[in-house]
Amino acid sequence: MPRMSGSRRHAVAFTLNGRAVEGEVEPRMLLTDFLRHVIGATGTHVGCEHGVCGACTVQVDGEPSRACLMLAVQAGGADIRTVEGLAPAPGRLSILQESFRTHFGLQCGFCTPGILMSLDALFAHTPNASEQQIREQLSGHLCRCTGYTPIMRAALAAGEQLRRESAHA
Amino acid sequence: MKPAPFDYVPAESVEEALDVLEQTGGEARILAGGQSLLPMLNMRLARPQIVIDVMRIAALKKVEETGGALIIRAAVRQVEIERWPNLAKDQPLLAAALACVGHAQTRSRGTLCGSIAHADPSAELPLVLVARGGSVHLRSRKAKRKVAAEDFFTGMMTTDRREDELIEAITFPPNVPATGYAFREVARRHGDFAIVACAAIADTKSARLAIGGVAERPVVRAMPLPGSSALDDALNEFAWSLEARDDLHASARYRRELVRRIGKSTLEEAVRCRA
Repeated sequence: MPRMSGSRRHAVAFTLNGRAVEGEVEPRMLLTDFLRHVIGATGTHVGCEHGVCGACTVQVDGEPSRACLMLAVQAGGADIRTVEGLAPAPGRLSILQESFRTHFGLQCGFCTPGILMSLDALFAHTPNASEQQIREQLSGHLCRCTGYTPIMRAALAAGEQLRRESAHA
Repeated sequence: MKPAPFDYVPAESVEEALDVLEQTGGEARILAGGQSLLPMLNMRLARPQIVIDVMRIAALKKVEETGGALIIRAAVRQVEIERWPNLAKDQPLLAAALACVGHAQTRSRGTLCGSIAHADPSAELPLVLVARGGSVHLRSRKAKRKVAAEDFFTGMMTTDRREDELIEAITFPPNVPATGYAFREVARRHGDFAIVACAAIADTKSARLAIGGVAERPVVRAMPLPGSSALDDALNEFAWSLEARDDLHASARYRRELVRRIGKSTLEEAVRCRA
């Protein structure tokens, strides 16, 4: 049985935004730190580091998850998406991102990557997500700038536009 | 806010996990979904020498429905049960409470057995397991045993689990016909730990109320049916018996008042839901 020593580094490999990544980590390294310090993907923000604020939310195998409540070694073989994976092309924003810009869904932007990944997962699972379901999903995030109202506006508008686009697709 | 160093064992079978547990006992912690253990590691409230990850064990990913009972093994995530077909019909109390467990972003990884193992006095799942008269299946290298939920929780974040034992599964008994179930909680924010959580079960002759967030563990008691003149006194007596304490979130007095009021409205809702 493999027992990974706490004082050594061990290889970890997974898919990040469709691309294979790997690195060497101590077992205690959090996924947040692996993404930011080993891979250099700093779009995922680190707030409270105990699962309360939601800033570090990423998608693990399609489900929104706290990257601060996951060890990098647990991510081996997983399919992970972060805010860097949302834009369809360099210089172009996704519908959800554009909607946040249009409706002033952010000010300082610290909480935004986590919120975007949560809402992106919600709309992927539940394209017809109601206002109540959006609020429910947002309850896992803290934002100290906006008072949430413009975030709700941005999310509702994005949901509508995503439904329109999929109807025309 | 970073975990102290530990050795990591990605166990591939229950036997492997039990071997390591037997050898290392109190030095080891079981890691399932990590939604309770990781905060403890990050804040260094827990500093285990060894972390045994059980999420790669195929045998622990099963859910069984036997005669209406739901047997949920250690590596089953909360989101899987949330999406379980007919959950609201077959396990109405679990379905209602599950929606209040953390947030979608933690239910995606957190397990039910993990929440039972953590035994936070404010947590919803221990409360529901106690209210339903469920059980905990424990296994060590030497033996297997089944413990009634009411006996499993022994105090604040302490359980009857021995150091060499793994919680292999929990069982929620079948829904009883002509019985109503209701769950209500008061928290600062939807998804936060409950200040007071109430689970009520009522049939035509009797009612039971379980309270979480007040005593050091969830407590269940027989209650007079709503409409009985004895109910208010029984609720008041129940509220005082829980020995509520003041903390950052609420005073003891406020908690007692919530037990009396929310306890009553939850019982009334259970009566209305009798099918």
